Amino acid sequence: MKQKLVPLAFVACCLPAAWLGMQFARGALGADPIAALLNDLGYTAFVLLALTLACTPLQLVAKLKWPLLLRKLLGDFCFFYASLHLTTYVVLDQGLNFRDIVKDVLKHKFIFLGMATWLLMLPLAVTSTQGWQKRLGFRRWKRLHRVIYLCSGLASFHFLLRFKTPRFETAAWMAVVVVLLLIRVFDALLRRSKRMV
Amino acid sequence: MTPNPKYVASEKPSSFDDITSYNNFYELGVDKEDPAAHADKLITRPWTVSVEGEVGKPQKWDIDELLRAFPQEERVYRMRCVETWSMVIPWDGFPLADFLKRHQPTSRAKYVSFESVVQQQMPGVGGYSGIPFPYKEGLRIDEAMHPLTLLATGLYGEAMPNQDGAPIRLVVPWKYGFKNGKSLVRIKLQETQPLTTWGQYGGGVEYGFYANVNPDVDHPRWSQAKERRIGELTRRRTLMFNGYDEVAKLYAGMDLQKFF
Repeated sequence: MKQKLVPLAFVACCLPAAWLGMQFARGALGADPIAALLNDLGYTAFVLLALTLACTPLQLVAKLKWPLLLRKLLGDFCFFYASLHLTTYVVLDQGLNFRDIVKDVLKHKFIFLGMATWLLMLPLAVTSTQGWQKRLGFRRWKRLHRVIYLCSGLASFHFLLRFKTPRFETAAWMAVVVVLLLIRVFDALLRRSKRMV
Repeated sequence: MTPNPKYVASEKPSSFDDITSYNNFYELGVDKEDPAAHADKLITRPWTVSVEGEVGKPQKWDIDELLRAFPQEERVYRMRCVETWSMVIPWDGFPLADFLKRHQPTSRAKYVSFESVVQQQMPGVGGYSGIPFPYKEGLRIDEAMHPLTLLATGLYGEAMPNQDGAPIRLVVPWKYGFKNGKSLVRIKLQETQPLTTWGQYGGGVEYGFYANVNPDVDHPRWSQAKERRIGELTRRRTLMFNGYDEVAKLYAGMDLQKFF
């Protein structure tokens, strides 16, 4: 079962993209399919971010080992969906009008936050392999990958600013992310206090 | 429905399907598909529209009485949402000016306020949608009396679908869509500028009273220079006053950055 976990998760993570692609091609995404695509791809990326963050807490709190096997996959797919989300914005929504895109990023916090999130996730995606862990050394690699916490904050506010009024789901997912981060903080403090004894 | 030859389509009208399945009507839910999905949660009969305030002849109209008293015509207008999407809609309705004149506005009537319905079974009422209800909007008296301003009671020759603001709603095509109060129950003429729902949101920095379509005045969070016409793949340039230049004289000398 454990051997099948990663391949199964891989397939599961591909499904939202396959579904959205099919619906888009069929014209089944409603009156504004580009907006729907942007929303759904962004939401998928955000959920995957939360799932990635949940792996270690599940091991810490529930002593489960199998979530850790999925962490890299979930993180990679989070970046994948964030990249699809960004591509949809640049190509479909803005029609590759780079002057307007630069203006948007610089003038509007909402877009700036999204762009910053993706840019910060890029080095994490690149260095997500064991090869890079060795190259950087585990300590440095771990410190680099703590950037995901900053990304969670930026992505949360990007999501919060998306609609005219903030959506309830946004607040709910933000609460989940905060709890997951608190578990990590709590655990780090506990370990530090144990070392001092 | 008789088309008014002054207001026929110069561009392709949006499909009835799109117009009735992509709506902002938070009382029926905050997602675009919610108002159509929960359309049955708006009860449109019996319905009263009360005209009050600075008028010589206040009246509480039964909606069917109102529909018989004011014959409707078809007018095809552009509609531009503040969220940067737009449609072209064949409304059926009659000028607000005709309606207001029937009630004899006094000399103290400087503004018109509009109040939308609240019914407890509407899913957004009593839930969280970010704005309080009843939904309130307002116009300056000259905007209300402008020949373009419509009270709409139908579209595409059909009675107004619930999700589009049945049984009667405001249409002011040179302003952002949120100015167009749906499912009206009260129209009040008054001396002072009315408070509006979106004008009070977030400290009033995002949505103004005038809300004229203006590509040069950005929303704090996004640009207003371009819009997506529903059904098209590329964005198009947004036009000043949504292309209705005939209203420019209403704002001559006004700072449209300040009075956004």
